Amino acid sequence: MTTHEGTVLTAADLAGNGLHGNDPDIHGKFGVFGGRYVPEALIPALDEVAAEYDKAKNDVAFLREFDHLLRTYAGRPTTLTEVPRFAEQAGGARIILKREDLTHTGAHKINNVLGQALLTKRLGKTRVIAETGAGQHGVATATAAALLGLECVIYMGAVDCERQALNVARMKLLGATVVPVTNGSQTLKDAINEAFRDWVANVDRTHYLFGTIAGPHPFPEIVRDFARIIGVEARRQMLELTGRLPDAIAAAVGGGSNAIGIFHAFLGDEGVQLHGYEAGGRGLESGEHALTLTEGSVGVLHGSRTYVLQDEEGQTVESHSISAGLDYPGVGPEHAWLKDTGRATYHGITDAEAMEAFSLLARTEGIIPAIESSHALAGALKLGRELGPEATILVNLSGRGDKDMGTAMKYFNL
Amino acid sequence: MTTLQTVFAKAKADGRAALIGYLPAGFPSKEGAIAVATAMVDAGCDVIEIGLPYSDPLMDGPTIQDAVHRALTNGTRIADVLRTVEGVAKTGAATLVMTYWNPIDRYGAERFAGDLANAGGVGTITPDLTPEEAGPWREASAGAGIDTVFLVAPSSTEARIKAVVDSCTGFVYAASLMGVTGARDSVGAAAQGLVERTRSHTSLPVCVGLGVGTGRQAAEVAGYADGVIVGSAFIRRVLDAPDEASGLASVRELGAELAAGVRG
Repeated sequence: MTTHEGTVLTAADLAGNGLHGNDPDIHGKFGVFGGRYVPEALIPALDEVAAEYDKAKNDVAFLREFDHLLRTYAGRPTTLTEVPRFAEQAGGARIILKREDLTHTGAHKINNVLGQALLTKRLGKTRVIAETGAGQHGVATATAAALLGLECVIYMGAVDCERQALNVARMKLLGATVVPVTNGSQTLKDAINEAFRDWVANVDRTHYLFGTIAGPHPFPEIVRDFARIIGVEARRQMLELTGRLPDAIAAAVGGGSNAIGIFHAFLGDEGVQLHGYEAGGRGLESGEHALTLTEGSVGVLHGSRTYVLQDEEGQTVESHSISAGLDYPGVGPEHAWLKDTGRATYHGITDAEAMEAFSLLARTEGIIPAIESSHALAGALKLGRELGPEATILVNLSGRGDKDMGTAMKYFNL
Repeated sequence: MTTLQTVFAKAKADGRAALIGYLPAGFPSKEGAIAVATAMVDAGCDVIEIGLPYSDPLMDGPTIQDAVHRALTNGTRIADVLRTVEGVAKTGAATLVMTYWNPIDRYGAERFAGDLANAGGVGTITPDLTPEEAGPWREASAGAGIDTVFLVAPSSTEARIKAVVDSCTGFVYAASLMGVTGARDSVGAAAQGLVERTRSHTSLPVCVGLGVGTGRQAAEVAGYADGVIVGSAFIRRVLDAPDEASGLASVRELGAELAAGVRG
């Protein structure tokens, strides 16, 4: 495979070549996790997506097109920013942010969306559908659909539509149809159910542009590969900036795409600790949290075997988080596998801890982070105190906080 | 206990298709579900599928979602599902459970298969369990002596149809169209072709579901399939009725219309 110099991506970067044991098997399994638990009607569509993606990821023309969009449209590569004033609260450890908040549309979601929108064109489909929680994936999908001339329908829980009204307006402005989902808990999980229902009925002309590394195979692999650029860039940039790899990486985990995006290029670097931070909501005892990996159990949700918040009879338990983007009772199967193999460690961060880090970064560094990303920031503060002043911690600042101002105004009484 | 094999042999001897009705346990209430299913059997259903209410029914349309939501709100649990099966099996209808995979996975495959068999259930239909993932469930079901029914769809390739029918016992469920459950004005045009393609891979009975809701549609499907599956249309009768008694009467009326339909 040729690399094309001077660009963001190499073919090897995208395909994950040179990393061993990190790709799922032919049934889409990461160890015992992943696979496909979906109606038979969708299997041919998933096979079609998997086959086209296998061709695309080894096609230099496709990679160049993706790379071109990442550079000239998404604003890659994103920079690293060291945050010494923020790090004073972290026992003096060095904290360095990977600035996904600076991408077009304001979050890492754009990476996956551009890749899958190009894949949609290759599949010969003219319509994309997507689920969204916070609205960031919906906005990113609507953006890519506008750019590439695709019809776009976004499913969003009615509760989320209310708490993220601004993003609903953005999607509409971008030409998408937003369908509020009023069944079940009216949040992300129900939006995913509804998107699957649409897909099975319209699969001939529709690609389901899945927004995270969950769902049936091949979505966990595809979304990860398109998000991998975060870690690929950050690894090079860390070597340039500090002359070595970080001691630890911190990332927020909802479905898990931003975390896998930054973790993946470091999986082979045994000296680099990988820490994922889930939404602890109002605390474990309250029962109102999204601690899927840290407190959930193994089950099947949305087509994939993974950790799930469920009761003893397999009914999904509703999750809670102050950040809509982490408010999901499942998680990508690759994180389940990284947890069980011990390569990555997962922790909970409460709403209060996240909001404290949110405000601290704003006041000390002039950066307003997404509340999702604030969970990783709060994690980095704890990690710094544990690892000591010699440690360097890389944090994935997965998105910016503009969309969260309504929540912040209420929370801080601004 | 009436087995699926007995049902299909009898229907064949009568020169007709079997009539299969679906109802979630716990809908309209825990006791009410047994009453409605019994009315379906009285009116002519040969087989009853008792739905196991699940929080994330991603292949179901609005009618079944609504019924399942009510069942869950009623506090319907797996013990209630098994009690419903027991009550319905006593009527003499072959009684199956239709369920998404996670509740069985969590309950334990062997435990669920054993408890279902003890309740008089004769098998399961598992719409989101594909042949690749079905090994443990087929083994547990064989151990308990119950059938495993899986789905083929209009989009299924020949290789997929073969893999699915090789996992099936009892019958094969052919989804008439690409979509979710729910009654529609016409049965999918793809249904007959799918039944024919399925027959080239198996001698098991092939039954058609999704979108069937009237006697005329039942007659049409009975023309080429071994069984006609109706769910949402029965539920709709219960949802639209002002009270329980008129709901039961309405269910009997639809059952009779469908039973006449499957007899051509």
